[in-house]
Amino acid sequence: MSTTDPADTFRQEARELLEQLEGGLLDLERLPGDADLVNSVFRALHTIKGSGAMFGFTAVAEFVHDFETAFDRVRKGRSEPTPALIAVALDAKDHIHKLIEHPDARIAGGDAILTALKRAVDGAQEPAAPQTSAPAPSQPADVAAGKRWRVRFWLPPDALVYGTNPLLLLDELRAIGPCEIAALTGKVPALDGFNPELPYIGWQVDLTAENPHGAIDDVFMFLRDGMDLSVTPLDEAIAEAIAVEAPPVEDVATQPAPAAEATPAKSAAQAPRRAKAEPAAKTAAAEKAGSSMRVDAERLDQLMDRVGELVIAQSRLNQIAAMSADPNLKSIAEELGRLSAGLRDTTMGIRMVPIGSLFSRFRRLVHDLSRDLGKEIEFITSGEDTELDKTMIERLADPLVHLIRNAVDHGLEPAEKRLAAGKAAQGKVRLSAVYAGAEVAISVSDDGAGLNPQRIRAKAEEQGLIAADAKLTDQELFQLIFAPGFSTAKEVTALSGRGVGMDVVKRTIDGLRGSIELSTDPGKGTTATLRLPLTLAIIDGMLIRVGNGRYTIPLSAVDECVELPADAGANRSGRNFLDIRGSLVPFIRLRDIFKTAGDPDEHQKVVIVSSGEGRVGLVVDQIIGNNQTVIKHLSKLHAGLNSFSGATILGDGTVALILDTAHLVGFGQSHEGRGKSEQARAA
Amino acid sequence: MNRFKDGSMKALTLRLHDEIFAIEAGSVREILDLAPVTEVPSAPAYANGLINVRGRVVPLADLRVVFGMDRPPADKDTRIVVLETEIDGEPTVVGIVADKVHEVTEIDAASVEDGPRVGMRWRADFVAGIGKRNGDFIIIPDLARIFELEGRNTATDTNNKAA
Repeated sequence: MSTTDPADTFRQEARELLEQLEGGLLDLERLPGDADLVNSVFRALHTIKGSGAMFGFTAVAEFVHDFETAFDRVRKGRSEPTPALIAVALDAKDHIHKLIEHPDARIAGGDAILTALKRAVDGAQEPAAPQTSAPAPSQPADVAAGKRWRVRFWLPPDALVYGTNPLLLLDELRAIGPCEIAALTGKVPALDGFNPELPYIGWQVDLTAENPHGAIDDVFMFLRDGMDLSVTPLDEAIAEAIAVEAPPVEDVATQPAPAAEATPAKSAAQAPRRAKAEPAAKTAAAEKAGSSMRVDAERLDQLMDRVGELVIAQSRLNQIAAMSADPNLKSIAEELGRLSAGLRDTTMGIRMVPIGSLFSRFRRLVHDLSRDLGKEIEFITSGEDTELDKTMIERLADPLVHLIRNAVDHGLEPAEKRLAAGKAAQGKVRLSAVYAGAEVAISVSDDGAGLNPQRIRAKAEEQGLIAADAKLTDQELFQLIFAPGFSTAKEVTALSGRGVGMDVVKRTIDGLRGSIELSTDPGKGTTATLRLPLTLAIIDGMLIRVGNGRYTIPLSAVDECVELPADAGANRSGRNFLDIRGSLVPFIRLRDIFKTAGDPDEHQKVVIVSSGEGRVGLVVDQIIGNNQTVIKHLSKLHAGLNSFSGATILGDGTVALILDTAHLVGFGQSHEGRGKSEQARAA
Repeated sequence: MNRFKDGSMKALTLRLHDEIFAIEAGSVREILDLAPVTEVPSAPAYANGLINVRGRVVPLADLRVVFGMDRPPADKDTRIVVLETEIDGEPTVVGIVADKVHEVTEIDAASVEDGPRVGMRWRADFVAGIGKRNGDFIIIPDLARIFELEGRNTATDTNNKAA
């Protein structure tokens, strides 16, 4: 149907690999001795290099090659992965990211990073390291004192099918040192038995190099399973070569055996290591590739749209069936209802992505914060497999960054203070996700000093956000933190304290129809909890009528419904107040803001909706009931309207608008001050 | 003009009040009988409705408002022409009200002239050209431009109201 740009595919793949690389590097900082981690880092680098070169990202391939060369020393155990080295490696990873995202731009700084990397590797070198001049695999200069080796290999039978080019492999071998290459054609069958997709030709490469095993391993890194490779010192090899050279053609299957015997002890010593790390990782990756596939997000959206249409069509059928006396129609409507509900759930399930992909990004953030602020931090995540709608996960990244920064910068005290308070010097920041009914609760907690209600109160009064004698619960006080421009930090740091950020968090979470709560335990820490609906595509709605128009209010925003008192009709200015169990709630007549023609119903209802800290009553003519609402976005023509967040299609096929409660609450609150002063004057 | 291939343009002709308009046939997706229209409060008058087109919520625009014409009440000839156009570079499906839909016809490029700068009761930049057929004038509206400019006006209107 659609052809994808291979460069995009590479980018997408590289992004995942870079994530893997970053994760590996961060893990390595914690467990410096873990050979599997080193190997996984190395593998990620090698794959980026290989596919980068394949898709024409030359700058990437070159940079990664040098990165890889430096990191090779760690892999060989010649250098330790010190924190300094990891830090530079992370910078290098960022640089690769830039190179991949902007292949045409000339991005400076690469050389500096490589130099730093080299220095870090050399600096980290153990004093007892056997060699001082590193034999970087691709530098022919190291070859001078080399020995001659005979490398013989037959590619695995599926190599050509998967796009391996033997010539490139030979080129790579040639880069290790001067070679003489000969083709071994002994296995090529007669023409009638010839399968052009099989690599019949083996290669014999006489190579001059100091200690080429590592470099040769790298060349064949992705082919080792099933391939036939032997590396022998040249003098020993000659005798055996004669035995191997001309095997009978029928004997292809038994071929691996003699070659394995031909492998001398030296390379056999390396076998256990690769047997352990490589195949395990490879099979895991292969299984994963087999059981999942990449799908364009746009196609998923289309699928979701279709399912939405189906749900609407089905509810129309339901209406008709309810009016009919035909039992057949009724039963098929019921059947269809069940099927479409199942289909809807499955489709929504497809869009669900584990939140772990998001969490792993923050490990880097905490790592960098820890370095920049000089605070030791342990970052603990849990619930990585909790699933959320993909779009939601993307939009959660920014708010969580703010919350984590706040936790690290404001929440955690400096080490001296922590010790004085009897806590471990290392602070803890915990990020967790759990299901809570139809919602997901994501919380960021720290074990710092906790929020100080008095200080927040003082600051809020100073900024005129609350009256000096206002009675507020702690929770209400904490919500003030999300007011624009609010900050209690005495000093503004580069990271936070400017009072920008928390209001952004609030707004984003509101936009996702979620809520945010803060709780604190003085001296023990603070927890910010985000509660989010599982999906953005379908919500429960309350259907109301104003004049002849029907509208939907997201049910999650509805607090309660009350009758509009008869005497509240006196003031027709459009806004007014309602006494809901002792607290004043401003209300808006939707008839007024919608400029509805005709007379209002005799008994008007008020739907009290809340958004964050604010509550507002919406006066409507009739409350019709609850319905499943498939959210449709409004077109560009109606982009300027902020009273509505979207539209939906009702069971009878007509369109109803969805009210944007966050906006209406803001609208109601902004007139609250005026209303209050009016009321004071009246009293 | 680029929309004329081989010297002519395939166009759908329709009547708005007392004028004939032509819309490039390729952009028309379907023609519907008048369906229930949901009014959008505080939306601009030229696009204050929403309709359900096969499960999609589609805005309904009224070019009669844009061109300052009378709006005769809907009758048995009234149709909704659903078409796809670009608004600020984003492909958008829009319905427009037509008092009557005539036919799909070829308009000869030679007969089409740019709208006159003066002597026209409409904004000249909303008219892509005026063609002639059987002695009648056919107005070819520049839909993309209309929606973009009107949309921008609306955006500023609401901003002003909010301020």
